[in-house]
Amino acid sequence: FSHLVNSLSNVRHIYSRSQCYFDTWPRAGGGYTTDAKIGGSVKPSSYDIYCPGTTSEQAGKSASCQGCPNQTLCASGATKAPDPAIAEIAEKLSTVKHKILVLSGKGGVGKSTFSAHLAHALASDSTKEVALLDVDICGPSIPRIMGIEGEQVHQSGSGWSPVYVDDNLAVMSIGLLLSSPDDAVIWRGPKKNGMIKQFLRDVDWGDLDYLVVDTPPGTSDEHLSIVQYLSSTHVDGAIIITTPQEVSLQDVRKEIRFCKKVKLPIIGVVENMSGFVCPKCKNTSQIFPPTTGGAEQMCADLNLPLLGKVPLDPRIARSCDEGKSFLSEVPDSPAAEVYRRIVQSIQDYCSNHVTEQQSTT
Amino acid sequence: MEQSNDGNLAQVQHVVLVLSGKGGVGKSTITTELALALRHAGKKVGILDVDLCGPSIPRMLSMGRPDVHQCDSGWVPVYTDAQKSLALMSIGFLLEDPDEAVVWRGPKKTALIGQFVSDVAWGELDVLLVDTPPGTSDEHLAVLENLKKHRVDGAVLVTTPQAVSTGDVRREITFCKKTGVPILGIIENMSGFVCPHCSECSNIFSKGGGEELAKLTGSVFLGSVPLDPLLSGSIEEGKDFLQSFPNSATFSAISSISQTLLNSLQTA
Repeated sequence: FSHLVNSLSNVRHIYSRSQCYFDTWPRAGGGYTTDAKIGGSVKPSSYDIYCPGTTSEQAGKSASCQGCPNQTLCASGATKAPDPAIAEIAEKLSTVKHKILVLSGKGGVGKSTFSAHLAHALASDSTKEVALLDVDICGPSIPRIMGIEGEQVHQSGSGWSPVYVDDNLAVMSIGLLLSSPDDAVIWRGPKKNGMIKQFLRDVDWGDLDYLVVDTPPGTSDEHLSIVQYLSSTHVDGAIIITTPQEVSLQDVRKEIRFCKKVKLPIIGVVENMSGFVCPKCKNTSQIFPPTTGGAEQMCADLNLPLLGKVPLDPRIARSCDEGKSFLSEVPDSPAAEVYRRIVQSIQDYCSNHVTEQQSTT
Repeated sequence: MEQSNDGNLAQVQHVVLVLSGKGGVGKSTITTELALALRHAGKKVGILDVDLCGPSIPRMLSMGRPDVHQCDSGWVPVYTDAQKSLALMSIGFLLEDPDEAVVWRGPKKTALIGQFVSDVAWGELDVLLVDTPPGTSDEHLAVLENLKKHRVDGAVLVTTPQAVSTGDVRREITFCKKTGVPILGIIENMSGFVCPHCSECSNIFSKGGGEELAKLTGSVFLGSVPLDPLLSGSIEEGKDFLQSFPNSATFSAISSISQTLLNSLQTA
């Protein structure tokens, strides 16, 4: 219990320190080198772009470690011992039936909007216990979308208590630990990772049917950490969110590569902001044009299921701003209809998955 | 040693960061359009893309995938034109396969950004725009830390009108205040969509949030850019929107923003 008290007071303390942002990590020297040759191409031919992971055999030794400030530390072997937190998290989450990650390489495509509505839809069955975890440490939107901005996380003997939106819908986000909406969490990777670890290990999640995890854009610390910390538990898979344009798809393909790399199953792809129906003349416009065939073509190319295409509807953005569920605000809209179908296929996937698992064991 | 202090940025007049706490609000689009607008105004412009996990600028300028070369003074940026009026450096040029994911934790990102800032031979530039990923984390700190020796004129913040977005941008404003980066102004993007069929204007992502935020925080409001399928189409195909559609309302919005920005840079 005391370590929880310490960790929480530590969090508050960090926010109040304005000078904390330059002191957390050694300055990168000019040591980052590629095998560039003067006058030649710098495009690294053989060099591996991946961080091999701090616990891997290659840590500190692979070509991609060259110039990383952590190289010496990794090479010393000190980082190879498995983090004891991974086992603690497995124990803590053993009562969580399904875990779903919501990912996208691109920002602003609707990850949080989708996560929130997925959680709402799953929780509309009052016999199911649902929780939504927001691991977007620097841009937590979930508290506002769920209508709990300004609420605080409480603490009990069994850990941090999440904030309940409904009897069977719990939410956890760093936004619920901040004292003002202006507070910026200016943290480098290691601190963000520590926070994610605490969210998984120190939150009193209780028995859950579904844990939905909303992530920030990209393929970096938060993503590696959540996958690593959940590595001893069973994760059902990831939902990939995209918008129809190529500018978005090019980042989303990277996220799909990431999933393959870390062996995270992909439940399916959702295309968001897919065409706009004018409320006046009912004609459809492609505001974000699918110049390369949109998610449909990408899914065909990469052999992934397309779960659905959610149209742009100004009422979705408005519901999010007001912290209400679009599904209960405008239940008869085409977008709500698509949402329900997508959620149904996710539920089907999860339950089939369980049957498969049971039949193999 | 004097020279190495300022190094490759010695001949760069102004450095402007393009920031937003929120993803997908159009940082890269605004960066691209501002760069093109400044070039139309006869300026020499550079873009440094420090979004390592999702580099979008090369496609937006339809640069293809050229090799980056090295000269005595460092990495040579890629130019869009023979006149060398628009230069770009992005990790997109360093990847073998465009779909490859850059799965890096903070320290490595910090190291590459350090190199991007100090080792790119920009030469003479009027304005260097730095396009950033969303958030307030490693990349942002790395850029500022490495630019410390050089003067950063300030940051342009991009938001969309909804509260969910302005909420994240408020955090970015706090970041600027804490790190001492002057805020040059706020741009509201995706500000209302005019239906091409009936000319009805729909505020898909709500309305007025950017201006309200500017008032609330005492920042300059640089203007709003409408949600224009012609703009998103040009960005998709890597065409110069400003050259293709000089009569559109979006064109005048962008050129007025870039003019205001230029004036504030020159009077500062």
